Amino acid sequence: MAYYLTRLKTRQTYSWVGKPLLDQKLHYQTYKEICVKIDGCSDIHIQVGQFVLIEGDDEENPYVAKLIELFEDDGEPRSKKRARVQWFVRFCEIPVCKRHLLGRKPAEQELFWYDYPACDSNVSAETIIGPVQVVALAPDEVLPMDLKNEKTFFVKLSWNEKSFKPLSPELFAELDKPKEGSPKCQKPIEAKTKGVESPSSATTEQVVKRIELRHSASKSRQTPRAVTPTARKRLELGSVPGMANTRNSQQPSCDSLGSPGRTKKKVASSEVTLPSKRSHPDRMDTASPTLRGPQKTGKVQLICTQGENNKASYERHRNLRTRVPPLRSTEISDKRTLCPVGGGQKSSTVPSVILKPENIKKREAKEPEALNEASSTSHRVRRRSSLLTLNRIRQQLRFLDNGKCDQEEEEFLPTAEISVSSSDSEQEEVATPPLTRRAPRSVSRNLRSTLKLSLEIPSKTPQKTPKPRTPFRATPQIRSRKLAAPGPSNVLEEARLRLHVSTVPESLPCREQEFQDIYSFVESKLLDHTGGCMYISGVPGTGKTATVHEVIRGLQQAALTNDVPPFQYVEVNGMKLTEPHQVYVQILEKLTGQKATANHAAELLAKRFRTQGSSRETTVLLVDELDLLWTQKQDVMYNLFDWPTHKEARLVVLTIANTMDLPERIMMNRGLTRMSFQPYTHSQLQQILASRLKHLKAFEDDAIQLVARKVAALSGDARRCLDICRRATEICEFSQQKPGSPGLVTVAHLMEALDEMFSSSYITAIRNSSVLEQGFLRAILAEFRRSGLEEATFQQIYSQHVALCRMEGLPYPTMSETMAVCSRLGSCRLLLVESSRNDLLLRVRLNVSQDDVLYALKEE
Amino acid sequence: MSNRKSKNNNLMHAECLSQVQRILRARFCHQNPHSNLFGVQVQYKHLIELLKRTAIHGESNSVLIIGPRGSGKTMLINHALKELMEIGEASENILQVHLNGLLQINDKIALKEITRQLNLENAVGDKVFGSFAENLSFLLEALKKGDRTNSCPVIFILDEFDLFAHHKNQTLLYNLFDISQTAQTPVSVIGLTCRLDILELLEKRVKSRFSHRQIHLMNSFGFPQYVKIFKEQLSLPAEFPDKVFAEKWNENVQCLSEDRSVREVLQKHFNVSKNLRSLHMLLMLALNRVTASHPFVTPADLMEANQLCSMDSKANIVHEFQKFIQRKAHSVYNFEKPVVMKAFEHLQQLELIKPIERTSVNSQREYQLMKLLLDNTQIMNALQKYPNCPTDVRQWATSSLSWL
Repeated sequence: MAYYLTRLKTRQTYSWVGKPLLDQKLHYQTYKEICVKIDGCSDIHIQVGQFVLIEGDDEENPYVAKLIELFEDDGEPRSKKRARVQWFVRFCEIPVCKRHLLGRKPAEQELFWYDYPACDSNVSAETIIGPVQVVALAPDEVLPMDLKNEKTFFVKLSWNEKSFKPLSPELFAELDKPKEGSPKCQKPIEAKTKGVESPSSATTEQVVKRIELRHSASKSRQTPRAVTPTARKRLELGSVPGMANTRNSQQPSCDSLGSPGRTKKKVASSEVTLPSKRSHPDRMDTASPTLRGPQKTGKVQLICTQGENNKASYERHRNLRTRVPPLRSTEISDKRTLCPVGGGQKSSTVPSVILKPENIKKREAKEPEALNEASSTSHRVRRRSSLLTLNRIRQQLRFLDNGKCDQEEEEFLPTAEISVSSSDSEQEEVATPPLTRRAPRSVSRNLRSTLKLSLEIPSKTPQKTPKPRTPFRATPQIRSRKLAAPGPSNVLEEARLRLHVSTVPESLPCREQEFQDIYSFVESKLLDHTGGCMYISGVPGTGKTATVHEVIRGLQQAALTNDVPPFQYVEVNGMKLTEPHQVYVQILEKLTGQKATANHAAELLAKRFRTQGSSRETTVLLVDELDLLWTQKQDVMYNLFDWPTHKEARLVVLTIANTMDLPERIMMNRGLTRMSFQPYTHSQLQQILASRLKHLKAFEDDAIQLVARKVAALSGDARRCLDICRRATEICEFSQQKPGSPGLVTVAHLMEALDEMFSSSYITAIRNSSVLEQGFLRAILAEFRRSGLEEATFQQIYSQHVALCRMEGLPYPTMSETMAVCSRLGSCRLLLVESSRNDLLLRVRLNVSQDDVLYALKEE
Repeated sequence: MSNRKSKNNNLMHAECLSQVQRILRARFCHQNPHSNLFGVQVQYKHLIELLKRTAIHGESNSVLIIGPRGSGKTMLINHALKELMEIGEASENILQVHLNGLLQINDKIALKEITRQLNLENAVGDKVFGSFAENLSFLLEALKKGDRTNSCPVIFILDEFDLFAHHKNQTLLYNLFDISQTAQTPVSVIGLTCRLDILELLEKRVKSRFSHRQIHLMNSFGFPQYVKIFKEQLSLPAEFPDKVFAEKWNENVQCLSEDRSVREVLQKHFNVSKNLRSLHMLLMLALNRVTASHPFVTPADLMEANQLCSMDSKANIVHEFQKFIQRKAHSVYNFEKPVVMKAFEHLQQLELIKPIERTSVNSQREYQLMKLLLDNTQIMNALQKYPNCPTDVRQWATSSLSWL
């Protein structure tokens, strides 16, 4: 059966023979003959009226059809050469549930005239494999068994999806006619067939061996028990391709095998990968009555191993899938491009369908045969490229998966319904509008619908797989967003994106010196295979962590190019720990993946860093927010500073903290390299902003200078600077009347942003407070002035308040109201008040300066 | 006949009124996001734009909404979230996490709550979170995995934000802000607080990571607007079933808002507090006086309600108190020692007097130092209100308290 595969090695070119005849009615050109040219071989001419084999999803059993018309159709996007055919069905294509209708055993080479008008008869001419001989038999004639000529099929009955009927006399006459024409075309084909057959069979054995070798590891750990289910599974699967050719409603079952192929129609060159996949199921083709291949019972052993291999790779595939989910999409696309031909269209190859009537019964017999076939193809595949192999394995496994799904589907659903429903929607996409006068088809030969099913399969598979166990360390993830985030639409949005603190700039301006120092420090330690410790201090937002990250990135790059020895990088952050001792746990986990309690981890780490490690690579440890690791006994920090001093440790510790004198405070300043990040100056901030806004004119120069100076004066925190600018872009955008054409961010916008962020809210709060609250504040001031203290009891203030109210002629409030006012101001922290337990005697202080209060009150 | 008619009328009124009371009570008591926003349009726009950018562009942000109690912070954020969820592309893209500083009193509880609200516990199956540390690294891992364009943005709403600042090391805040400032899962951290000095509570590292966006809600409306709010809060919605009644009711509300005495009441209330909640309280008290026989709110109702609101709590117990003053005054000659002691204990129970220090066990009760938790003016007021005050008490009061 390997001869079908010949097509895979060759590239066919299809060309019309003869002059086109214009069909007036349908506006396309019809031809009488098509010529299939195969590289290095002779041409095959196929004429209208001949019987042909048409590529289907089952390599062994191509579809058989009679060519009715050849025409060219420009409307069809993928293949302009079209053919209209009259289908024949094999017995194996008839749904299992209907097979009993025949009432007898079918003959090996028997076909049935497919009397089902709803079936799509319009196929791509390029799916034609080659001519074949079909002999019509009168109802009284006996079907010849043991026929010598395997290329001949016999037609005795017609099948219309419901029942078998004898051929009508006219039909019989018509079918008899073209018999004469066909032998003519056969010679070249046979010649070709021979050429192909030999190499493939020769390689077979080797390949099997190779496969065995490849999988030996996985095979060895398989228990026999584990093998059986898969084997059975594949047996069931095997029945699927048998039905794949069926022109009826067994559609979903076809999906498993045919689907990938259907997406692309004529990628003849890359078809290499598919047959092997197919052939695996084929090998188990137990249900199919058309069994072929020499009886090689001795090869059962082989099958077994193959089965195991299969399973092994199946498993591997599983792993692959779970580990690299993003790969999946590419796999699918690969598959599409790599697989041959589909739809109702069948491409033509050498018509080397030779069905051997002798070997019908033995099931084991055909399996080895199929195995050979499989391996021969796989061999070829590997010769091509390893990538293809990988794909092939994946696809193969996908088939197994899919097959499983399909079986389940079959169980649950009346399959005919599926095919109808799914085919309708797909038809529109693929079909050729001017040609087809199609009724909705519920036929499996309309393979397009299966595309859809096959695409759905990846999502289904997880359900089928035994419920995935939680991995030891689950790495959870926030669900991904449903809608893609749009990119920036104008200059301001672009600027905002670049100004976001989270954006990692390509370079860190103004920290070149620090970068150089840290880099050379770590690099020298790496090169010397020694350890060291560095303490980096600086106020927040001065780029400490960013610089160290940059250094590590640089070193990792250098390690890739072997400029520095490879090293292990571990990062911990004191703020991301719940408790200082957890740092051991985290370091250990990141170093070795081990999990341990804090104490145990400390021991393990101490052992690791204090004993001679055999040519271990250097570890670079970054400890961010070191000051959080302060403990009563200072053991954590002590260890962090102590480990690197051991010669064997080969540990470089980079510590980051805000305070400059932390090492002094913990009395750990021996052998410590220090570095201090100064707050950014205004020119540096300006440079940072400029580098972020490179080639983006969103800010006025003055505005940038303003913000840089302002922030430098306040804190020198680069984060602040970026945030202010970002806010300014927003203000600018709001203030713009017409959207879409935002102007530059001006000084005014920045001033507003600055005000928003830095202005004290106390004064506005006082101004917006109620009359009584303001009166109370006044009373406080008066009381303070009277007593000369900065603190007063509520009772004192209340009496002052009443007095003030009397003076101004206002109704004075009750004690309870005043108390409420007091606590309200206290909750805003305009006042600092004691707990209300003290009632009248609670002491009150101002949280704002008296001048501010006076100022705020005066403005009214 | 007419009797029955009026009865019918009454019945109908009763039905309407119960409905009115239901609607208005719901309005006063629940903070439903359906009501209008007053005078915070600018702040609202800022917030909604911010949220939209997070939802749609995946931009991380952090913002604090600051305002005194009852200034509508929660209302603002609820409004914004509601509007956001109405935008189709945003609603599918958002995960919300609501935390409250009063409920999540430490980071451990908060982390568990976040994990729960993000539905992340499914990811680990039935694995029970062991330690706080594991929980933290788990969550950080989860959030770290994402990136700006692919992950679903998460909006963290931290109510009573200032309480989170009191957590140990401010671990939670540091991490949330850190995520918002690094290229991880986009998050919006929105803190609600009434403390104006909130930024001073933040540790310097946390503060540096906070974007310093602050939205201030200050109740910055004047009296005319206050009256308008009063009107709006009291009027019935257009979809009220009984149109005629609703019309009448609303007319009445309009009249109320123009009534001089009502305006006085409102002015007084406004002077005490601009808090909308206190207005709700006032209206609630007035609404409770509405019955079938008294179907509309009258100015008198409001005045009474105001009195109830502004009543001095200590004046309520004035007559009680009087008796004791009287007894105390007389005790020198008239009463037995136990009687005086009993009266004294009663005063202590009412917390009108209070021991200065913790009651030490060994000191005798008679010699404990006490402090008086009443102002002299309060005593004077009480005495004036008390009709049959014995003359000697009055005498005592005038002689010993009037010098103040």
